[in-house]
Amino acid sequence: MENINQRTWKQEWQSRRKNPLSLVLYLLVCGAALATFSGILFIVGYILVKGIPHLSPSLFEWTYDSQNVSLLPALINTIYMTILALTMAVPIGIGSSIYLTEYARRDHLFVRVIRIATETLAGIPSIIYGLFGALFFVKFAGMGLSLLSGAVTLSIMILPLIMRTTEEALLSVPDGYREGAFALGAGKIRTIGWIVLPSALPGIFSGIILAIGRIVGESAALIFTAGTVAEVAKNLFSSTRTLAVHMYAISGEGLYVNQTYATAVVLLVLVIVINLISELIARRLGSESSDE
Amino acid sequence: MSKLTISDLNLYYGDFHALKDINLDIAANEITAFIGPSGCGKSTLLKSLNRMNDLVRNCQITGKVELDQEDVYRDLDINLLRKKVGMVFQKPNPFPMSIYDNVAFGPRTHGIHNKAQLDEIVERSLKQAAIWDEVKDRLNKSALGMSGGQQQRLCIARALAIEPDILLMDEPTSALDPISTAKIEELVIELKSKYTIVIVTHNMQQAVRISDKTAFFLLGEIVEYNKTSQLFSLPQDERTEKYITGRFG
Repeated sequence: MENINQRTWKQEWQSRRKNPLSLVLYLLVCGAALATFSGILFIVGYILVKGIPHLSPSLFEWTYDSQNVSLLPALINTIYMTILALTMAVPIGIGSSIYLTEYARRDHLFVRVIRIATETLAGIPSIIYGLFGALFFVKFAGMGLSLLSGAVTLSIMILPLIMRTTEEALLSVPDGYREGAFALGAGKIRTIGWIVLPSALPGIFSGIILAIGRIVGESAALIFTAGTVAEVAKNLFSSTRTLAVHMYAISGEGLYVNQTYATAVVLLVLVIVINLISELIARRLGSESSDE
Repeated sequence: MSKLTISDLNLYYGDFHALKDINLDIAANEITAFIGPSGCGKSTLLKSLNRMNDLVRNCQITGKVELDQEDVYRDLDINLLRKKVGMVFQKPNPFPMSIYDNVAFGPRTHGIHNKAQLDEIVERSLKQAAIWDEVKDRLNKSALGMSGGQQQRLCIARALAIEPDILLMDEPTSALDPISTAKIEELVIELKSKYTIVIVTHNMQQAVRISDKTAFFLLGEIVEYNKTSQLFSLPQDERTEKYITGRFG
C-alpha cells in the first residue's frame, strides 16, 4: 500500500520551487551538514590511511627507545593521568554544583562570583593552565615535573566543564521530584542523594566524557607540568608523557612521521572507545531512571 | 475536636500579602475543600500546613498552625510533620524509578528496610489507592510509563505508604480526564474513614460531590467556611453566592 503521509520527491520539489527562500535555506543547511561530515571523514580517513600501515608490534613494547618509538608507556600514562585528574576534579566539581543548585540562594553575590569565575576559567587557553601549573605546582609547591603536577593542573582545567554540565543536569531535574520527596518527609541529603542525583546522572556523565576528551587530547598544559619522560610512571612524582604529548614530542623531531601517524591512530581509537563505553554506561543509567 | 487548627495566619510573599488573618478548624476524618478563583491563596494555605512554603524564598508567615495541639512551626520536627501530613500535588510527580520503589521511598526514608514489611506496605498502599490490580504484575517497571491518572493514584499510594494522619491534595484531578477524576474522587471518599483530607479544587461540582466542609477564598481571605451542603445551598455571603453561581471568578 502507498504511504500517503510521506511526501514524494515531486511534491517536495514543487513546494520548494514555489518558495525559493525555503529552497536556498534547505540547500544551505544541507551544505553545512555535508561540509561537517566530509571534514570529519577526511581527517579520520587521512589519519587511518597514513597510520595503519605503520602500526607494528614494536610500537607496543614496554620500554621506549629511539629505535622502536614505543607508544605503550605513553598510553599507560594517559590512563593514569585521566584517572588521577578525574579523581580530583569529579568529586569537587559535582560537590560544588550541588552546593550552587541545591543549597545556595540562586542570586546570592557569592554564587554569582563563583559562576563568573567558572565561566572565565572555562574560556582560558590550556597553555595558561600549563604556565600556572609550572610556576605553582612544579616550582612553588615543589612537586616537580610529575604525574601529580600534571594531574592537578588538568583537574583545575576540567573543573569548570564538569561544574557547568553538572549544574545544567541538576537544574533540569523537575522541581516536582524535590517537592515530592520533601513532602514525604525526606531530608535534603536523602532527596539529593536518592532522587535528584540519580536523575541527573546521565547529564553529569556526559560532562565527564567531555572532560576525558580534554585530558586525553591535552598537550600544552602537560608539557610544562608533567614533562616528557617516555616511561611508565613509577609513582606520582615521576615525570611522564601522555599520548598527546608523545605525539608532539616525536613529530617535533622530524624523524618519526610514520610512527606519529600510527600513534595518532591509537589515540583516535582510544577516544572512540572511551566515547562508546561512556555512551553505553550513560544509556544504561538513563534507561534505569527513565521509561522502561 | 479539630485535627488542625489555624489561628491568625498571615502570609507574605515579599510585599504581597497572600493570606490575611486566616482562622480555620479542620475536623478529623472529614473532607475539607478549599475553593476560590486562581491566586486567591487556597494552595498557599494548603502548603503552609506541611511547611512546603519553607522552600519559597521571601515567604514570611506569622500566626499559628496546630496539629493535634502541637505547634507545627515551633514544636514539630519538619520531617516528622511531613510524615504526618502527606501531600498529593497538582501535577502527578512520580519519581523516575519503579512503581515499587516509588511507594517504598517514604517508608525507607523513615527507616523501614525489611523486605517483607516493605512488600506488605507497598501492596496495602497500592490497594488503598485503588491501583493494585492495574500494577501488581509490573511493580518493577518504571512509574513514568503509566498514564496520568495511574501516576496520580500512584502518588496517592506513595503518600499513604508513610501512614499520615492528614492528606493534603492540591487540585489532584485538574490534569486528569473525567474517568480518572471519578476514580480519584471515589477513592478520596473511601479514604475519609482513615484520614483527614484537605483538598484544593477549582471544580465546584467536585467540592459538592466529595467534601463535608468547604472554605471559599477570595483575595487571600476566607470569605465563608461552612458545611458544604449549606455553603452551596444557602451561602451567607454575597460574594460566595456570586462565585458559586458563576457570576465571577
